[in-house]
Amino acid sequence: MVQILFKSHSGEEQWVEGSIGNSLMQVAVSNGVTGIDADCGGSCSCATCHVFVEQDWLEKLESIDPNEDAMLGLSPDRSDNSRLSCQIQITEDLDGLVVSTPEFQF
Amino acid sequence: MSDLQTQKSASRWSMVGKDPYAMPIEEIDLAHPGIWQKNEYLPFLKRLREESPVHYCAKSATGPYWSVMKYKDIMEVDTSPDIYSSEPTIAIVDSFEEFTLPSFIAMDPPKHDHQRRAVQGVVAPLNLKNLESVIRERAVAILDGLPLGVEFDWVEKVSIELTTQMLAILFDFPFEDRRKLTYWSDITTAIPGGGIVETHEERWDALQDCLATFTKLWNDRVNAEPGNDLISMLAHGAATKNMPPMEYLGNLLLLIVGGNDTTRNSITGGVLALDQYPDEYEKLRGDLSLIPNMVSEIIRWQTPLAYMRRSVKVDTVLNGQHIKKGEKVVMWYASGNQDETVIDDPERLIIDRPNARRHLAFGFGLHRCMGNRLAEMQLRVMWEEIMERFGKIEVKSEPKRIYSSFVKGYSELRVMLHAK
Repeated sequence: MVQILFKSHSGEEQWVEGSIGNSLMQVAVSNGVTGIDADCGGSCSCATCHVFVEQDWLEKLESIDPNEDAMLGLSPDRSDNSRLSCQIQITEDLDGLVVSTPEFQF
Repeated sequence: MSDLQTQKSASRWSMVGKDPYAMPIEEIDLAHPGIWQKNEYLPFLKRLREESPVHYCAKSATGPYWSVMKYKDIMEVDTSPDIYSSEPTIAIVDSFEEFTLPSFIAMDPPKHDHQRRAVQGVVAPLNLKNLESVIRERAVAILDGLPLGVEFDWVEKVSIELTTQMLAILFDFPFEDRRKLTYWSDITTAIPGGGIVETHEERWDALQDCLATFTKLWNDRVNAEPGNDLISMLAHGAATKNMPPMEYLGNLLLLIVGGNDTTRNSITGGVLALDQYPDEYEKLRGDLSLIPNMVSEIIRWQTPLAYMRRSVKVDTVLNGQHIKKGEKVVMWYASGNQDETVIDDPERLIIDRPNARRHLAFGFGLHRCMGNRLAEMQLRVMWEEIMERFGKIEVKSEPKRIYSSFVKGYSELRVMLHAK
């Protein structure tokens, strides 16, 4: 288990526990984190589990594959630290990960 | 549509009035609009899902095509643009060459990505937030003008009016001329001979008027500072500012149809669905916090666009069926959204359905609906304001449905409003 902090667009903070091997999206959904829709259920086919990853943590993540990159392109508010949380696998290294959710999912 | 026209167009290929289980399965032709207009399509979809989930129709007025019926197969097609191309068109019928209008819904990467990005800022968070108050203002004005205890047409007075006003705002289009947008939207998807236009030429003439009107607006906007409306975005966007006129027209019509027909028919569909399932209406009255989930469920239940077509770029296999390069593949969202293996009791509207957001009505993958949040917002605000004002919207007669296997919608729904 690792600890992950989700910050909402309106500034609320929520620490949740995540199991190694789950995706960050699954962790969010199973803990009732608001602001993650995950309409496609985790197959990188929409962009509704979009998160902004805090800068210090970006380099600890696997790099973005072309499919995730293309899907992120559907978000008008995409930023340099944008990721789809269904594509982030929880590892020991991510204990303490901090991400924020956008105002709208697209 | 007149009875004569219905008979004329329904004659040879129609399955209206037929028992889907009594005919040879290879003769089922979902592309024919008859069963959609008569609301007889559901058992045809069900039989194909059960017996022939990737189904080949060799004889159709539209030419041969494959139908993809199950949720997971549709998902596979929609998310594999390298195999299933959106070019040259997303309609079952191949366009006549001279009537082809390019737009990004019918393009593959990378051109699709560039053109879409040029306009998707119209639904960026800041714009969306500003639009919510505008939508509410318009919805309130429309609803406050409706009579109590008198029968009227909900499509005309509410659904068309709200979505057309929204479009006029998104394009910064002259407000008093806004019904032209409704007309152009209707003729874009109309089948010649189906009651709206008689011939391709008649449609083409009307679209020239559309192009002329928007060319004038383009010229005004391109000489002004960049604004937040769609025409200004196209006129100033790097990927779109040098578009040829027909491509400009194609993309305009895409945004007009995308922002008009679909939401219009979901606004109407919600009224119809709640009337058919009074227990759900009661549930809603008891808990207005269900509205956002209900909106997703209404969009699934209605599925305002029945399908999207792809063309196969390389020989492939889908759920055991071998599909050859060049063949047409039609993803029936209207069937995937009724797939019993993914959605329990799918024919019912269940406003607190878990996972209501998983529906296919927006598509998945690169072509997922750009206006999804705006559509949901319009429906949510509309229902919030309806519940504020009226105890019940009573449906007085069967709706009139549109003659199309693509646009699943209504031309009339007679209703009567009751006080709270």
